[in-house]
Amino acid sequence: MSSIKLKNISKYICKNINLEIFDKELLVLLGSNGAGKSTLLNIIAGLIDYEGSVFINNLLVDNVPANKRRIGYLFQELNLFPHLDVSANIAYGLRVQKQPQNEIKDSVEKLLRIMKIQHLSFRYPKELSGGEKQRVALARALANAPRILLLDEPMNSLDYRTSKYLRTEFKILQKKLGITTIYVTHNFYEAEEMAERIAVLDKGSIEQVGSPKEIFFHPTKAVSDFIGEPNILDCDHYHRLSFGLIEVKCGDISLVVSSEGRKAKKVAILPEDIYLSNIKPPGPGINRIKGKLIEINESSSTVCCTVITGKNALKVKLPKEIFTSMNLNISDEVWIILALRKLKTITDNE
Amino acid sequence: MKIVKIFKLKWEITPIIIFLAIWEIFARLNLIPGHFFFPPFSAVLTEFWYLTVSGVLGRNFLSSLIRVLIGFSTGSIAGLLIGIIMGWNNLANKALNPLISLIYPIPALGWLPLLMLWFGIGEILPIAIIFICSFFPILYNTVTGIKNVNKNYIYAARTLGASDIEIISTVVMPLSLPNIFTGLRLEAGMAWRVIIAAEMVAISTGIGALMMKAESLIRIDIIIVCLMVLGIMCLSFEKFFAFLEKKLTNRWR
Repeated sequence: MSSIKLKNISKYICKNINLEIFDKELLVLLGSNGAGKSTLLNIIAGLIDYEGSVFINNLLVDNVPANKRRIGYLFQELNLFPHLDVSANIAYGLRVQKQPQNEIKDSVEKLLRIMKIQHLSFRYPKELSGGEKQRVALARALANAPRILLLDEPMNSLDYRTSKYLRTEFKILQKKLGITTIYVTHNFYEAEEMAERIAVLDKGSIEQVGSPKEIFFHPTKAVSDFIGEPNILDCDHYHRLSFGLIEVKCGDISLVVSSEGRKAKKVAILPEDIYLSNIKPPGPGINRIKGKLIEINESSSTVCCTVITGKNALKVKLPKEIFTSMNLNISDEVWIILALRKLKTITDNE
Repeated sequence: MKIVKIFKLKWEITPIIIFLAIWEIFARLNLIPGHFFFPPFSAVLTEFWYLTVSGVLGRNFLSSLIRVLIGFSTGSIAGLLIGIIMGWNNLANKALNPLISLIYPIPALGWLPLLMLWFGIGEILPIAIIFICSFFPILYNTVTGIKNVNKNYIYAARTLGASDIEIISTVVMPLSLPNIFTGLRLEAGMAWRVIIAAEMVAISTGIGALMMKAESLIRIDIIIVCLMVLGIMCLSFEKFFAFLEKKLTNRWR
């Protein structure tokens, strides 16, 4: 059992935070830069002083110093010790805990194997790539068999493919180890992919806690300001195509969406995930809809416009220079493309 | 690889050989006015041999070396320990920093009259001077080194279960080594410069004292021998610490 309970936590920007993370859960803490995410992790780890109370397994740990809290922490900058090689970095926690030498050796070898980095054991951090450093840092955080794992934007410095691959691997590992985890990110899609529950932190306060779909379909005002307010369409009919794809009819438009279930009650997509075109886009006609531009709102760098397609009005957000290059005006005929992987569905049960 | 090394070494030595050759020729041909004060290199070398065989040079050199080693090592260790305390503990830093800032700028030799009265003219005097000359720079470099260690490494060590002492010994000190070695390297040479001055003024043994005796006997050759020994010692001490630093930090820096 390793649940975490935060009660009236205040420090720097964080104000009166109450949050519970259940045993073995993977909770994603989502928020923009400066929202207080790292501060909250540092508080849980016991690295900084704070007001309020932190409970781990219902035990008050406010007076327990960081080195006794048994929390694995993967820092945003990873903080691998530059003067120690990979093996010594991983073994560090075990050494300071005075574990027997042969046990340390076995544990390090096991972690090197799990993280698939046996070949790096004698290298120094400066000789590693971003993804390799990530694996070493995770192995080091896991070496002491912590009861809680905190990950602070761990994939920030990685390219999309590596980070996607590592996220999938990490999710499997987290389930396997059954370790209570808080994963911090500022990216909603990353949060959605990882989380069982998402807690949205905005200006130091928890704005909303819920499943990724709850957050996406029913965002509070502050959350929608951050992740964007999605276009939500009610589905009249649906039928399963194949391989996790279903076709839905929403009014007079027909869309193909990916869905684990067979049903869909509502479909949603963020305005920035809809592409706008002044000509008929090439390729198959799936999720490409003809409409009419009825509203244009320009800001300094983006343009938000409304496109009407039959009964539905969809908001589209795009960079200003792309919009300007298309030379569009109100009442012009346009085409919109709804990105398949960005379309979310909910069923009756959700 | 070896050939390249020898070649490189040859290039480094060539200017010295040319310099020595010119010196020898000028002195032998009496090309310098007042040549009495300017013995040829070969005469210096002969005197070096004589002083070595007779044990005069060895005795005086050993006196200086022991003083430097004791003064430098105690000064460095004290500077390192107090530097660690000041670097790690903000309160200690705030309390000691004003006092140390006031004392640090005083040149080591400025302490000589005071130390002569406190300790008298004996073995303690040069050791105390070298202690002072090594203590402050190493203290400052240690404090700077520790303060420069990224706080995140300390956080990482702490979450991994390390106590303060473990963090200092396994993370902070290794990461401060480059700064500490800068202090050691500079002060190792400086210790030799200071000891000579102290021995010249107040002590009857050591390389500095030998030089003063040679001066009163107008033995230019002996003075040059002493200067050469000094130059070599300053350089070897500095090189030794540079080598040690490279050995300890090169792999990860």
